[in-house]
Amino acid sequence: MLQALARALIRRPAAADTTAAPDTEIAGALAAQLDSAAQARLGRSLAILHVAAAGCGGCATEIDALGGVAYDLERHGLAFVGNPRQADVLLVTGPLTAAMRTAMEGVWTAMPEPRWVVAVGACAIDGGVFAGSYAVQGGIGIALPVDLIVEGCPPSPASVLSALLTLIEANR
Amino acid sequence: MTIEALITAGDPQPMRPWPRYLLSCEAWRAVADALRSDPEPALLGLWADTAHVHALFMGSTPMIASVPVEGVLYDALSPGRPAAALFERMIHDLWGHVAAHGTDQHPLLDHGRWPILRPLSRRPVPNSAPPEPQGPGVVQPGQHQVSIGPIGSGAADPVHLRVTVAGEMVVRMEARLGYAHRGVLALMRGKPLRSAAPLAARIAADSTVAHAVAFARAGEAALDVDPPPRGHALRGVMAELERIASHLGDLGAALPGLPGARCGALRETVLRANQAAFGHRLLMDCVLPGGTAVDLAPGGHAAVLDALDRIAKDEPDTRRSLDGMAVSTAAGGVAGPEILASFAPGGVLGRAAGRKDDARRVPGYPPYGPPPTVPSAPWDGDVEARLRLRLDEIRDSNVMLRRWLADLPPGPVNGGVPFASGEGLGVAEGPHGDVWHWLRLDAGNIATSFVRDPRWLHWPLIEAACAGAALGDLPLIMRSFSPAASGLEL
Ligand code: SF4
Repeated sequence: MLQALARALIRRPAAADTTAAPDTEIAGALAAQLDSAAQARLGRSLAILHVAAAGCGGCATEIDALGGVAYDLERHGLAFVGNPRQADVLLVTGPLTAAMRTAMEGVWTAMPEPRWVVAVGACAIDGGVFAGSYAVQGGIGIALPVDLIVEGCPPSPASVLSALLTLIEANR
Repeated sequence: MTIEALITAGDPQPMRPWPRYLLSCEAWRAVADALRSDPEPALLGLWADTAHVHALFMGSTPMIASVPVEGVLYDALSPGRPAAALFERMIHDLWGHVAAHGTDQHPLLDHGRWPILRPLSRRPVPNSAPPEPQGPGVVQPGQHQVSIGPIGSGAADPVHLRVTVAGEMVVRMEARLGYAHRGVLALMRGKPLRSAAPLAARIAADSTVAHAVAFARAGEAALDVDPPPRGHALRGVMAELERIASHLGDLGAALPGLPGARCGALRETVLRANQAAFGHRLLMDCVLPGGTAVDLAPGGHAAVLDALDRIAKDEPDTRRSLDGMAVSTAAGGVAGPEILASFAPGGVLGRAAGRKDDARRVPGYPPYGPPPTVPSAPWDGDVEARLRLRLDEIRDSNVMLRRWLADLPPGPVNGGVPFASGEGLGVAEGPHGDVWHWLRLDAGNIATSFVRDPRWLHWPLIEAACAGAALGDLPLIMRSFSPAASGLEL
């Protein structure tokens, strides 16, 4: 049920992001909603483990920006963690390379239930510009059950934020 | 005979704008021998195609020496240039050519998990052997080994670090790469120049402009065309915005507490200005062969100037927060002049140890004019020097950007490129150093190419700088280098 609900896809064409800066007010409003939703469900912040599987670092850099002061997540019920054992959400950027598959599966196995996989960016969804190469197997969905995708190459931090909100809302 | 004379005595090949010389195996061997005793010229890169191995040197100009592969063999350059070792390992993994007398024959990128072997060779073969298990490192009594990664190593991409420690001291740090190798060169092959541009822009996101410019310049050189003046000027604007954002990101990651957070916030300001000015926060796909893909948007000018003002206003505070850092990391993290001389890395890593390499100066390219201010402080190649130099470079870029924006040439931003054949080498100075692209076009399509990201020369130096450091200082030392693998994982 949870998984089915959460399999909502955020489809956000690049054009939607070319408006003025994804401003802090929007981020603030989303974060405030996240706050109550996450706390209500878990009694604590939603813990996100970000793993850059490979890729160009563009998505990873935008996830880092999301963790910075401009978006102020931690104060609002979302926290990045470094340990799979503390993570609720595995947020994957970059394509799945053959060399990384075992490590990705290992991280997933270490995460406690309930757990979710969010594929951020074209690479994590289906290999993106690197699809079809001998070194790339595809998106993370090849190895792990993906609950949510965020399109873009890279997606903006604001669209990743609204995707995480969808995940929490769907699991309320 | 100097090495440069040995090389230029070879058979000149039609590459632009610098020459490529085809050497006989004997002449190449003479070069390889001479490299053992002569520190000049610097070796910048080494790669291959199906029949030749190519070495990029920086002599009085950039120059490439090529040698035919005999059977599967060519003479290694690593005995005379330690920087060649990583390239020789990569050449074996991708093309199957073997460096005779090479100093290290271990695989670099191929973990035995690809469906084929030697993917860029004329006839790749299916890979039937199971992946080789990774053996433990050699540990002396009294030492132990910490294994970090490939997930969570602290580098920007998956890297496996093996740290050998004795007590609280790092004896040795080894990086195992190859996890993030994506097969970019294979994907580029056969694509029209412009269709391959998005791939070039996605080799390393923090240097996307530099890669796109070097790629475009290689293509333009091959086709003997030049972008219009406004295209050159806007490339410069984008490149310096990229440098500022990247340096701020690196400072933000290295500096603890509030100063770090402030750098991160300023970086975000630059990314939003990028979005307002050129429609993309990271400036991806904004540069294309022939010029740029976009013009400066209305309102972009003001957004950029506003970001530049904020950064300039904040500089004194950030500078103060760097004081005293040298003391706290006195025990290590030095990439000093001696080891740098044999690697000749450009970028912050080299300049923070007193080297002058900067592709904007030498060989130079538009819109860069006479050299910007030459850094004057004593550069010790330590953590503090690398961080402080980034601040200086941010200031220089700030000055350049204001000057250019006040006086942008009018006209079109892109002059287009013909579908034709040719071979070209292009360079651009990115936030981490000189980025080189080499490509050969056959009727408009990429026949073969190589990408020399500056990080090819960084990893061995990072490993060397970490040896002898206090274990607790390792994260800061690593961050001062801005370690990433994507540039060389290709
Ligand atoms: S989706 Fe695009 S931006 Fe993200 S890692 Fe892949 S290539 Fe880079």
